[in-house]
Amino acid sequence: MVENRPILNAISHTLLVLGVAVTLLPIWITFVASTHAPEELLRAPIPMWPGDRLWQNYAEVLSGGITGAGGVPVGLMMLNSLVMALSIAIGKIAISIIAAFAIVYFRFPFRMGVFWLIFVTLMLPVEVRILPTFKVVADLDMLNSYAGLSIPLIASATATFLFRQFFMTVPKEMVEAARMDGAGPVRFFIDVLLPLSRTNIAALFVILFIFGWNQYLWPLLITTDESHYTVVMGIQRMVSAAEQLPVWHHVMATAMLAMLPPALIVILMQRQFIKGLIETEK
Amino acid sequence: MNSSPYRHRMLPWLLVLPQLAITLVFFIWPASQALWQSMLREDAWGLAQEFIGFENFADLFADPLFLESFRITFVFSIAVATISMVLSLLLAINADRVVRGNSTYRTLLIWPYAVAPALAGVLWFFMFNPTVGILSWLLKGAGYDWNHHASGTDAMLLVVMAAAWKQISYNFLFFLAGLQAIPKSLIEAAAIDGAGPVRRFWSIILPLLSPTTFFLLVVNVVYAFFDTFGLIHATTEGGPAGATQILVYKVYSDGFVGLDLGGSAAQSVVLMTIVIALTVIQFRYVERKVAY
Repeated sequence: MVENRPILNAISHTLLVLGVAVTLLPIWITFVASTHAPEELLRAPIPMWPGDRLWQNYAEVLSGGITGAGGVPVGLMMLNSLVMALSIAIGKIAISIIAAFAIVYFRFPFRMGVFWLIFVTLMLPVEVRILPTFKVVADLDMLNSYAGLSIPLIASATATFLFRQFFMTVPKEMVEAARMDGAGPVRFFIDVLLPLSRTNIAALFVILFIFGWNQYLWPLLITTDESHYTVVMGIQRMVSAAEQLPVWHHVMATAMLAMLPPALIVILMQRQFIKGLIETEK
Repeated sequence: MNSSPYRHRMLPWLLVLPQLAITLVFFIWPASQALWQSMLREDAWGLAQEFIGFENFADLFADPLFLESFRITFVFSIAVATISMVLSLLLAINADRVVRGNSTYRTLLIWPYAVAPALAGVLWFFMFNPTVGILSWLLKGAGYDWNHHASGTDAMLLVVMAAAWKQISYNFLFFLAGLQAIPKSLIEAAAIDGAGPVRRFWSIILPLLSPTTFFLLVVNVVYAFFDTFGLIHATTEGGPAGATQILVYKVYSDGFVGLDLGGSAAQSVVLMTIVIALTVIQFRYVERKVAY
């Protein structure tokens, strides 16, 4: 700090506390609503302090889902989300790191062509090619499957760039030393590059897990069978149900559960999260 | 690039193959299909097609609904970008100033990044729900009858607030990083010359933050254009009467629900052009940032 101004400090803290309060308000209301009986959420004003149905409500949605919205157990949807998020995160990292390895350490025809082709994917998010992509996945018979949920999303220009950038900073003496010791490219990749990339992999994992968990449009398009619904897209049907039936307590419990895994990852892996966020967006 | 690369024939191709195959099958091929279909007229069963050139595009730009959706998207993304950037800059400046509690504030402010846009929508939808929502109840007490099922303005305000709320944490982190990169000596020199905090903000901090601000503006517009589909779909579903029908939502509802293949493909191509333009702007800017 440049100079000490007590009044200004007080204003700063007030503003920050207000900011935090506004940020937390929706979560608090959601949490409170998820702990009450449905009768208390029929009309405003609803309670602002937690009730006594925490375990009951959460247990009900995890195993039974919501009547009026298909009754798919939220536990199953969370499992689907987890499989999807993990496959996307791990898949993206795996195929990007080997592609970047090939582009940086090998000379082969069309090397830059390959690089630009991967770059183009940045400009083609799912949202702009909804129907044709759906058709491809349908033709490949991948609707309603984990493969269909994850594989079409695992090409990643950002991850490839990040690894390429990082590999280019690895001193070339290391390759030479590895060669002199008789290590081939595969050996060099496994014993030298992979361990060096550890922090980058962790940072990317956090960002990509959240990306995968929060997918909405893609699962909405390709899952018609309820057993493959993910929790983030499944909640839409529950909200529509809540307009007619008194199920807000269950919808809010589902919302809490759907936020929990990515929020925990951000809070527990804060350092990697910030690193990943700032590096992937360059 | 490395001066002593490995010499192998097959290995590099094997290594890029997975990425390349997915890119070609799930990105390049569907995108070229969209380009091709945007020039066809096709019936809903895909039985008959006819090449009509740019007619779909001409129809599109003559369609008042499409132009209205364009206007809505524009208003929505500018509102979301402005609100969330101003609030997060305010918070970042204060978090950068205070010595005590700095990291606690940061932890409490950044985690909404993890909330899916669709869920952010659901939370705000609940708070403003005309029968059970606590905020709509308070508004009613203040004499305003909030109803996002009937009023287009209320629905738009709802999705703007939810989308901006979710994006604050992201902007906050980047503004904070930008502020911390400003050399303290500059600020101190200005302070010694007698510039107060407000003067320092306008003449030193804000100009030095301009690259961050510009970068965030592009990112926020991209976010509002494309990532908010779930938010709209889970709450207002484009309504009432199309008041929150942003372009991405229209592509989905025309193509997937309405089965107007050519029209939807033409809209996809328009969106693609927008993404490409935004990406080019972003990358141009990054090059300048390095020289900065």
